[in-house]
Amino acid sequence: MIKKNQLFLLALTICGVLLSLPALMGPGRALRYFPGWWQGPQLVFGLDLQGGAHLLLEVDKTQMMADHYDLLAGSLRKALRKKGCRYANVRAAESGIKFELVDEGSADHAYDAVRSLDSELVITRNGKSMRVALPEEAVLSLLASAQEKSMETIRRRVDESGTKEPLIQTQGRDRIVLQVPGADSPERVKELVGRTARLSFQLVKNVLALDEAQSFVPNPSEEILFPVPSSRSDSANEDNIAYVVDREVLVSGSMLVDAQPSFDQYNQPQVSFKLNGLGAELFGAVTQKNTGRPFAIVLDSEVISAPRINEPILGGQGVISGRFSIQEAQDLSLLMRSGALPAPLTVLEERVIGPGLGADSIQKGTMATAVAIVVVVAIMFAAYHLFGTFASIALIVNFVLLLGAMAYLGATLTLPGIAGIALTLGMAVDANVLINERIKEEMRAGRSLIAALDMGYQRAMTTIVDSNLTTLIGAFILYVFGSGPVRGFAVTLSIGILISMFTAVLLSRAMAFAWIRYKRPKVLWI
Amino acid sequence: MSFLNLKKVPSLDFIGMRLWTFGISGIGVLSILLVLLMNGLPYGVDFKGGVILEVRAPNAPKLDDIRTAFSEVLEGDASIQTLDDAQDFLVRFDEDLFEADKEETLSAVRKLFGKGADIRRMESVGPKVSNELLGSGLTAVFFALLAMLFYIWFRFEWRYGLAALCALLHDCIAVVGLYVLGRVEFAETAIVAVLITAAYSINDTVVIFDRVRENKGRYGRSMPLKALLNLSVNETLSRTLLTSLTTLAALLVLYFFGGRVIASFSLPILIGLSVGTYSSICLATPLLFWLSDATDVHGGVLNQNSKKAV
Repeated sequence: MIKKNQLFLLALTICGVLLSLPALMGPGRALRYFPGWWQGPQLVFGLDLQGGAHLLLEVDKTQMMADHYDLLAGSLRKALRKKGCRYANVRAAESGIKFELVDEGSADHAYDAVRSLDSELVITRNGKSMRVALPEEAVLSLLASAQEKSMETIRRRVDESGTKEPLIQTQGRDRIVLQVPGADSPERVKELVGRTARLSFQLVKNVLALDEAQSFVPNPSEEILFPVPSSRSDSANEDNIAYVVDREVLVSGSMLVDAQPSFDQYNQPQVSFKLNGLGAELFGAVTQKNTGRPFAIVLDSEVISAPRINEPILGGQGVISGRFSIQEAQDLSLLMRSGALPAPLTVLEERVIGPGLGADSIQKGTMATAVAIVVVVAIMFAAYHLFGTFASIALIVNFVLLLGAMAYLGATLTLPGIAGIALTLGMAVDANVLINERIKEEMRAGRSLIAALDMGYQRAMTTIVDSNLTTLIGAFILYVFGSGPVRGFAVTLSIGILISMFTAVLLSRAMAFAWIRYKRPKVLWI
Repeated sequence: MSFLNLKKVPSLDFIGMRLWTFGISGIGVLSILLVLLMNGLPYGVDFKGGVILEVRAPNAPKLDDIRTAFSEVLEGDASIQTLDDAQDFLVRFDEDLFEADKEETLSAVRKLFGKGADIRRMESVGPKVSNELLGSGLTAVFFALLAMLFYIWFRFEWRYGLAALCALLHDCIAVVGLYVLGRVEFAETAIVAVLITAAYSINDTVVIFDRVRENKGRYGRSMPLKALLNLSVNETLSRTLLTSLTTLAALLVLYFFGGRVIASFSLPILIGLSVGTYSSICLATPLLFWLSDATDVHGGVLNQNSKKAV
């Protein structure tokens, strides 16, 4: 009951309330009512309140390993030849590479060849059959870096598409969470994010008509690729062909430095690109060696364009023209700039909330919370009169501080979170109920006013702490196991309870004692 | 509210009522479990996977017309419901149907619902995620119940823990009963409702048990167990009722004014809290009596715990 403590408490509370007030008003209105220096961080609304798209993506580990071993198989063939090892039936799958030795005696050379590629590879041998694979830790490490790289690539793509404040996070070992608030066209975001966008330049060996392509069997160093279906109506004929291309990638998308949409001499959209030093060299060499022949520009195993090399291109710059619409040219350059995804991503979960629904929820939620506060205050007053008023003041302060704390902590307010606020308020009152009941009992037992107050607050403390603790346990478990909106609920509830331990107990106690000393009443209005 | 400003403590015989309360609760729990076994839970997309669309159609078409139109256009099963507003519909179908061509399906749906139809919300959950959510939801409930059991065990002793656990389970089953009997969609928010009910029920029970322990310290063997327990419950009655009243009032306001989503979330918590209050008063304490009586320990083990009393 020392004066200094009470003063400090009061000052702390007022500070807290003042700091929280801008958060209460909401982003727009706060600027109007409060000067610049009084502004603080604003409440962050979850997707279910502000509308937007939520995507949960997963790195396709199987495909990633299949591609990895595919690439490795090419290098393996070269390495085996170098060591003078004759091999047959090199088959790459997502679990590893299998091949057969023609001569068992060359097994040692084979081991050397494999080790020269990657010292982590595990080799198992059964007579002439050899199997090469990466150990589990190496696979997981690949997965982790694929996840990291995917996240960065997605970030670049989403940033470029002009979305404000996207949330991009890794989750677990192979997942990425992407949240795009207020998205007008979540489908576009999905498309941008969903394309692997692996670009490669490959030599064209032959062009076939579609029906020929059905029965054509390419030799192992070649593959059949089909042109990208065009959205433009003037090129229907060109869709009925297939390209037989060399498997070898002459220049890959990773060597791109820039790509921008532009227009050709007929004002048709195209994409201009620039290669880095290595790319320019390779490109120069290829174009010099193959002047006059066509080469294919391949995006995700589809041929975007197959121009003829008219002359050697040594500057590392070029143009992709391929029956694009303006939007397609822009999207393609965006994809090329942001780089390829290291592995395809599958969409595990997709939620889109329209802005209308979100605004509705905010409006109704706010009103409901306001009415709930009024109702609770009324009940408390009717039950405990003056002390009910102390409790109510503490409650309102609790509410303001709760919103302020959430804003400063950057906690997200979700729809269940609004329900959490109302629940917190109901429970915060519980502490005061416990205290006031105790006070009544002590007075019934004949204690003096001040002693009754003191004992009331003291005795009730253990029970208050107990009950709040159990609720915090529940909230903690909810946080650990729950998803986004549920976590919002858990966070709101926890912050609310912690604040209520301060306001319901300390604040109301300070008010009660201050009142006693000021008014010195004989009877307690409780 | 004069009954709350009681000048004297009431003296209702809660322990005496136990046959009735055990009976009613027992029947309730059994019937819920029975229906659960027969019909299962109406899982939402969160736990079963699939796609949900919330459509607002200003034309307010009739549900039957929509259903026939759908069956003509789409191949798989689509379940269509109206929501409280005549122009709001909930369309639900399997993920495979949707994946075929998402954009086309979405525009087909818009067309079916007439001019100006707007898809206000779309949730598509793959089977992997839905299985995980269900798993983590159930794990959460399991751990929460375990944590709370240990908590009471630690604070009091095993009889208290057991009695509280039974009351807890009873309350959780009652909340699940809403979904089982009322066929309300069992989504992730249902798990939240169950956990909140558990926390609240424990709260209530702890308050009463606290008082029991205090009274044991004060009266010791001089009061028979039944009277002691009754006294404890009666003494804490006004607190229990008042807290429930304020929290329930807040929830009721949410239910009526908060909009559809908040209402669907508040209803199970409402039920949970009401049942929780009932169980703390009429189940947990009588159970404690029955356990102590059956193991004949009044004045024995229980008294030693009074060292911990405030």
